[in-house]
Amino acid sequence: MEHIGETMSDLILDIRNLHVSVEGKEIIKGINLTINSGEIHAIMGRNGSGKSTLAHVLMGHPAYEITKGEISFLGKPIEDYDVFERARAGMFLSFQYPPSIPGVQVGNFLKKSVNNVRDENVKAREFRKELNSAMEKLEMDRSFLSRYVNDGFSGGEKKRLEMLQMMLLKPSLALLDETDSGLDIDALRLVAKGINETAENIGVLLITHYQRLLDLVKPDFVHAMIDGKFVKSGGAELALELESKGYDWLEA
Amino acid sequence: MSEDASNAVGDYKYGFHDPENATIRFDKGLTEQVVRDISELKNEPEWMTEIRVKAYHHFMDRPMPNWGNCSMLDSIDFDNVTYFLRSSEQTEKNWDDVPDDIKNTFDRLGIPEAEQKWLGGVTAQYESEAVYHSIREDLEEQGVIFLDMDSGLKEYPELVKKYFCTVVPYADNKFSALNTAVWSGGSFIYVPKGVHVEMPVQAYFRINAKNMGQFVRTLIIADEGSSIHYVEGCTAPTYSTDSLHSAVVELIAMDGAKIRYSTVQNWSANVYNLVTKRGIAHKNAVVEWVDGNIGSKLTMKYPAVILKGEGSHAEIISVAYAGEGQHQDAGAKVHHLASNTTSNILSKSISKNGGRSSYRGLLKVNPKAHGCRSKVVCDALMLDEDSRSDTYPTMEVSNSSADLEHEASVSKISGDQLFYLMSRGFSEEEAMGLIVNGFFEPFTRELPMEYAVELNKLLELEMEGAIG
Ligand SMILES: Nc1ncnc2c1ncn2[C@@H]1O[C@H](COP(=O)(O)OP(=O)(O)OP(=O)(O)O)[C@@H](O)[C@H]1O
Ligand SMILES: [Mg+2]
Repeated sequence: MEHIGETMSDLILDIRNLHVSVEGKEIIKGINLTINSGEIHAIMGRNGSGKSTLAHVLMGHPAYEITKGEISFLGKPIEDYDVFERARAGMFLSFQYPPSIPGVQVGNFLKKSVNNVRDENVKAREFRKELNSAMEKLEMDRSFLSRYVNDGFSGGEKKRLEMLQMMLLKPSLALLDETDSGLDIDALRLVAKGINETAENIGVLLITHYQRLLDLVKPDFVHAMIDGKFVKSGGAELALELESKGYDWLEA
Repeated sequence: MSEDASNAVGDYKYGFHDPENATIRFDKGLTEQVVRDISELKNEPEWMTEIRVKAYHHFMDRPMPNWGNCSMLDSIDFDNVTYFLRSSEQTEKNWDDVPDDIKNTFDRLGIPEAEQKWLGGVTAQYESEAVYHSIREDLEEQGVIFLDMDSGLKEYPELVKKYFCTVVPYADNKFSALNTAVWSGGSFIYVPKGVHVEMPVQAYFRINAKNMGQFVRTLIIADEGSSIHYVEGCTAPTYSTDSLHSAVVELIAMDGAKIRYSTVQNWSANVYNLVTKRGIAHKNAVVEWVDGNIGSKLTMKYPAVILKGEGSHAEIISVAYAGEGQHQDAGAKVHHLASNTTSNILSKSISKNGGRSSYRGLLKVNPKAHGCRSKVVCDALMLDEDSRSDTYPTMEVSNSSADLEHEASVSKISGDQLFYLMSRGFSEEEAMGLIVNGFFEPFTRELPMEYAVELNKLLELEMEGAIG
């Protein structure tokens, strides 16, 4: 099988008429989305409208069935690729609810993840340097490295660890599912800075409920999602409109 | 490797075997004469012969345990076991003098390398007896005795006589009787008052012959205020017929002493591993069992500590991995005899491919033991629906001031964890390996680094082909 990611162009992600079901129930009901390199797309939408589902499907979660439509990533259809192959090809998902992995130390986990995902062989010294600098940017204490992955982490600490992973894994597409929720005001600023730095030449799909993140990370496109569909797309101003008006006015 | 061996071996990396070049091999089967012959061959004092013979009769009269895995126990064919096999005329102090074929085996197991790097002493037992033995000079100068058990009896008969069978009487159970009747090899250690043995000493037990019975006997005495860490590893070739390893370990920690005994048992899947391990902790002493059961067909082993002196402490950390056709019946026993004694028990088990693991625990607090504390945690991880895990905790608490905690959990690897790890570029097998290693981490981190690394590799290997 040919590797994904071998043909590079500006086109990172292309979703055509996507329909997705879980346990026989349709959740995503026809979505089109194109993300080019350097673009930040924000999705806002009601609870249960299918935002996380979309992120999970893109990452290849086995519970979701694509009933119609296609997804291509870096110019290749990805339906046949397993989760870890998508990760190795440069897709990254920051989880809304990162699970804990007891007994697995953060430092070791990060090193292994980097070795899994990045093409070049990252030497131990180089890794340490990158790790130190990213942790400094996120103002994370080094004691995190010997803790177990997400085990006993506060909500905000989990989200910071997700960001740390994004910064180290250097993806070409970052799917950030409510990375802002649970963060205090200072942490939000640090995370936003991290996203902006990383986002420069990759595609970003940012799922959020709040304008406060979008004040700091300026989206090029905003999509309003209701019941498995994008009911309206626009520029950054759409987010402000949603923030003040809610979603009711978008329903037919 | 012969064909039948390699067929049965699968991915068990220690499953190779060497030609059997026995210098003395007893006929199969057990009689009083066999017991007497073993004792005579070893030139033992009369009292030892007598205790062996008594133990033999007890073994013959005593019924099989009617608990545990009865059908597996009943399938042991005691008449088809070789009870004594000598493969080298003497125990060498110089690695180069060990017979080549045996040396090769231990080379493949990494023994001499480990000795140079991180051990205070090492003994390597092949079949019934030690073939190689050494101890660092500085330890010897401090009066530390570290010998194979046979030499221990020869050189320190009084010390052995004083303590032998005092912690585990031969009539304790059927297999302690068997071991006492035909014991050979094992370690004898004495640490003088106040001496701390900083580097662990290691024993490596290897069964090579088919239908072999290995009856290791270990006695460790840590005198007042001293400390020692003893590590043992075990492997055997994979044969289509069964072997038997039945050991007895007795630990004596005098006032303020500390003994840690670590085991990673990785017997091949045709070995019955029926072991009695028990330690006595005197005043303010600490006895720690760090016990890993990865291999064997059936293991029955419940490391025990008798907290005899006030303020003494027991720590028992064990893991068990039960794969296809394996039953790990393991556990822990603590007997709080004295006041203000404390114990911690952590047991973790993984069952896979129809494997079965059981935790069997006994916690006793005597009426006169006041202010005792104990915490027991049992976690089981099931990797599929066909596997099995049971917990049989027994508590006999006769003093109401005791502070006891018991927690038990059974879990599965969650789809969320797998998805998360795979989204970080781990294949499904790698993700399982990571989760499983993480699950055992509270055990692994207690091991010397070399053992920890080896164990993690082993478990990762076990996860290969885990996904159907
Ligand atoms: N594995 C699943 N099994 C059953 N139902 C599911 C599953 N995954 C998602 N759903 C359902 O699909 C719908 C969309 O869920 P999703 O998590 O995508 O919503 P969301 O837009 O991310 O919501 P929120 O803003 O609350 O995070 C919900 O009704 C949810 O219950
Ligand atoms: Mg969601």
